[in-house]
Amino acid sequence: MGAQIRVYKRRIKTITATKKITKAMEMIAASRIVKAQRQVAASSPYADELTRAVTAVATGSNTKHPLTTEAENPTRAAVLLITSDRGLAGGYSSNAIKAADRLTERLRAEGKEVDSYIVGRKGLAYYGFRERTVAQSWTGFSDSPKYADAKAVATPLIESVLADSAEGGVDELHIVFTEFVSMMTQSPVDRRLLPLAISDKAAGGEGESKQPQAKPLYEFEPSAEGVLDALLPRYVESRIYNALLQAAASEHAARRRAMKSATDNAEDLIKSLTRLANAARQADITQEISEIVGGASALADANAGSD
Amino acid sequence: MAEIHVEVVAADRSIWSGEAAMVIARTMSGDIGIMPSHEPVLGVLQSGPVTVRTSEGGTVVVAVHGGFLSFADNKLSILAEIAELAEEIDVARAERALERSRSESDAGAERRAEVRLAAAAGAH
Repeated sequence: MGAQIRVYKRRIKTITATKKITKAMEMIAASRIVKAQRQVAASSPYADELTRAVTAVATGSNTKHPLTTEAENPTRAAVLLITSDRGLAGGYSSNAIKAADRLTERLRAEGKEVDSYIVGRKGLAYYGFRERTVAQSWTGFSDSPKYADAKAVATPLIESVLADSAEGGVDELHIVFTEFVSMMTQSPVDRRLLPLAISDKAAGGEGESKQPQAKPLYEFEPSAEGVLDALLPRYVESRIYNALLQAAASEHAARRRAMKSATDNAEDLIKSLTRLANAARQADITQEISEIVGGASALADANAGSD
Repeated sequence: MAEIHVEVVAADRSIWSGEAAMVIARTMSGDIGIMPSHEPVLGVLQSGPVTVRTSEGGTVVVAVHGGFLSFADNKLSILAEIAELAEEIDVARAERALERSRSESDAGAERRAEVRLAAAAGAH
């Protein structure tokens, strides 16, 4: 066998092995998207009910709360960026990071200092490499977040919003995550979580009916302030939980797509390499035939000359 | 007879939903019983068992750990970060957790285990 064919055959073999791996990863990611989507759906009744309750308190009482009131001139903001722990997901993490960069720039242009909070090893590595300061980071749960994880993320954020901005607290809380639009589309979005925007209350977040109806006058137990105190942190936690779940679903979808194109690419490579190997084999055969024919005719010529 | 539509939801799943004649829960300022046509109320729950008397005459007990209840238009929603149906509770495990939390003097875990046991006892 010619040296050329051997090289082609070897490359085809390695690419076939790689293709098997990417194919397996694609199928794993595909099955995890479904699971992640189910988790998003399972968490939505809680989020919807909580949104309704927050809306009821916010419209049904005149209570002021640090989590709902806008600062006169906000000077510090916190940005929570949600990325993945693992790579091989195409542009998933870098798109989210870019969206966070844009938001950070915009906030800086408005004269606000920005504290970065990061979920996921990829985002942390990006900031670490550029030696940017990270206020706090969490890793290890990006592909299947639990409510306890969301709580762990939310607690320091809520604390810093409640703290005075002179003492390292922040006036605003933004969150950047990748929204799961459909199996094929995931887009990075930035949302302001706190202070709650009025329009946000009226629209009631995602998935709530918007028909205008008279709000019932609630009796608060123990008091409007007490309810709000307990309700708002839960609301923030549930929004962060929802963002984490959507980001996880998006991560799996992005990974599935990246692995699908890797598999397709491997197939193309195998196809073109097989063609090249076939051509090389044919060239070898042709050469051998012409050598035999040439040798035979040379022999015939020599015999003819001696006669 | 009027009924209340009850939804019990935890942060990551829906626990129970159905029609009820009465619901008893523990708020920060004491136990509250809600029957049809109660005035709209929004309360902060303490961890404890929530008892639902269903329209069919049965009783459903749910252990909730923190959360809220909101009632309006004969619809009651109980939101809890963690909630479990009494029949889902593993009594032996809760007892072990109670002992462990006592020996480690972890007040939060102890309270959770107590609530679980109380709810499980109420169901039997």
